[in-house]
Amino acid sequence: MSTLSQETILSGDHFINGDVACAEGAIAAGCRFFGGYPITPATEVAERMAERLPLIGGTYIQMEDEIASLAAVLGASWGGAKAMTSTSGPGFSLMMENIGLGIITETPCVIVNIQRGGPSTGLPTLCGQGDMMQARWGSHGHYEIIALSPSSPQEIFDQTIRAFNLAETFRLPVLVMADEVVGHTVERVTIPQADEIKTTARRKPTQPPEEYLPYRTDRSLVPVLPDAGEGYALHITGLTHDERGYPQTDAPTQDQLVRRLIAKIQKNKNKIIDYREYHLDSAKLVMVAYGSVVRPVLRAMRRLREEGLAVGLLKLNTVWPFAEELIRDLAGRVDHFFVPEVNFGQISLEVERCAAGQAETTLIPHAGGGIHSPEMIIRVVKKTLAPGRAKGKGAGKK
Amino acid sequence: MTKPRPHPKDELLRQDRIPHIWCPGCGIGSAVSACITALQRSGLDYDKFAVVSGIGCTGRVAGYLKLDSFHTTHGRAIPFATGLKLAKPELNVFVFSGEGDLFSIGGNHFIHAARRNMDLAVICVNNMNYGMTGGQVSANTPLGARTTTSPHGNTEIPLNLPSLAAACGAVYVARWLSLDVRRLAQAFEEALLKPGFAFVEVIAPCPTAFGRRNKLGDSREMIRLYNQNSVIKNGVHPDETVIEQSQKLVLGKFVDQKRPTYLERIAQREDRPGTVWPQKSGEG
Repeated sequence: MSTLSQETILSGDHFINGDVACAEGAIAAGCRFFGGYPITPATEVAERMAERLPLIGGTYIQMEDEIASLAAVLGASWGGAKAMTSTSGPGFSLMMENIGLGIITETPCVIVNIQRGGPSTGLPTLCGQGDMMQARWGSHGHYEIIALSPSSPQEIFDQTIRAFNLAETFRLPVLVMADEVVGHTVERVTIPQADEIKTTARRKPTQPPEEYLPYRTDRSLVPVLPDAGEGYALHITGLTHDERGYPQTDAPTQDQLVRRLIAKIQKNKNKIIDYREYHLDSAKLVMVAYGSVVRPVLRAMRRLREEGLAVGLLKLNTVWPFAEELIRDLAGRVDHFFVPEVNFGQISLEVERCAAGQAETTLIPHAGGGIHSPEMIIRVVKKTLAPGRAKGKGAGKK
Repeated sequence: MTKPRPHPKDELLRQDRIPHIWCPGCGIGSAVSACITALQRSGLDYDKFAVVSGIGCTGRVAGYLKLDSFHTTHGRAIPFATGLKLAKPELNVFVFSGEGDLFSIGGNHFIHAARRNMDLAVICVNNMNYGMTGGQVSANTPLGARTTTSPHGNTEIPLNLPSLAAACGAVYVARWLSLDVRRLAQAFEEALLKPGFAFVEVIAPCPTAFGRRNKLGDSREMIRLYNQNSVIKNGVHPDETVIEQSQKLVLGKFVDQKRPTYLERIAQREDRPGTVWPQKSGEG
């Protein structure tokens, strides 16, 4: 007997954790299919979907593993549903092959990774941010991906909606790369009124089937595809394919397809990349942070500013595609980037690459199991800036 | 040159993809032909069919059928089809793939789709090896058979697919030779129209890889061998269909029963408080 409302969008204030907020964001975005497999610390996303979807005309199915979960999500997307799965490290690893299928077949869907400490089973109940490069490069072959990085329950609600909209707009799997602290923090989440929530509907072809080429694109480079059952006798394959969708396994077709898959994200990256700046107009020292680490960084920034240091923060709401131009631009006018993350250098490598020697980059690492304290960040910043100390990398020791 | 007369099966073939990739004498073509016959006889709207394949020679079937068709990842046709069916239940979704795809790499998905009595038909062409990659051992290679990865003879016991399907809860289980297109078409039609999880195994020759390495001759000789060494036993217990040396290959329809399907159970779901254990009811 469910005590939950049969309302689709539960407008109002709620005291919920990030996982539940994620599920509610998905529902608000129009998600009506969830295929998943329980895994700590993402289980509450599935539990909430199992409770809610049947009440609002959706479908929840617990699949036999994460490979099947993502396969079912891709199938459901071709059945016309906005579809999602959620997982954590080990399950994310199992999904890699089908992420590639989603990329090459241009299947809109959302994959939520509530990151925990790894490698392997690692720290099931505790935080990690070690999957950021896996999110970028984990499936084989070369491709572009979109990955968002919420830092609070409210943000995971908002960003899950955005993930669905980006998935539909650009036709690809969009990753929500949260972490255990975001997933398990319980706090106020405000769900707006339904008419204040912007959702993107899937574009559908208007040509009759005989005049239609599924993978022919206009200047947007994003194909307009029907769902199954709409009379187009589509052929959708994970093989390199031509505009008809037919396998064409040769170098010219590969070149054309892969270039377009990359370009459709690259040329739209300014519409995709999202961030928030704190004091960047006057900062000489810039923290670059994402996910739950943003919170201690904010406190560290305030304290350092009180001490007179020109510290700012670049909070990344999207990690992929990476905010290259922004970092490049900042590098020309700031002295130093500090990148605290719950790994031993992933996004910091991107910052360093884009800074290209114009500004220093210092990683502030944290192994899985927790996030940085503000003091830890302050200590590293001060130590790095101390006179006589060699500049550069590897300053992140206690 | 005069234009060839249209073939009655043209309407369901992607003519612009012919010639196909299959070797001369391969049994997959017969299975595809029988499948088209079944689709034509079903009387259902072709636009409401969708076919899902995995990887391998039989995995290419989806690419030749003029239906909404999906060529997915290796072993994952069944979960993909599950999502497609659940998102759009009015579609008649069927899976057409090989035994290496469905049972070696994808076995877990088969087990669970059958257990759920998912509303899917699964057609498996069993050619007893991985044909596409040049003939490696599969979970259905007979004991002693030579393949490129069992060069000294296969030492692993093959799966018996009808037993597995029945044990997992499939409501329709049949096995036929690719030779017998009449019975095959009949079985496919029954499977496509069957509510719930239906399974048809097609024993097919792979003369290029399996036949050659095991000295079974060309396609005609392989087919003759399979045909002469098989027996039809409709209704026999699926465990009595194990493919063994010196035993006749048992063909037939082994299971055809009714059980609430996944979608039927969802539709009848009741939100009741309390326990599912009868002896516990009334307590607490």
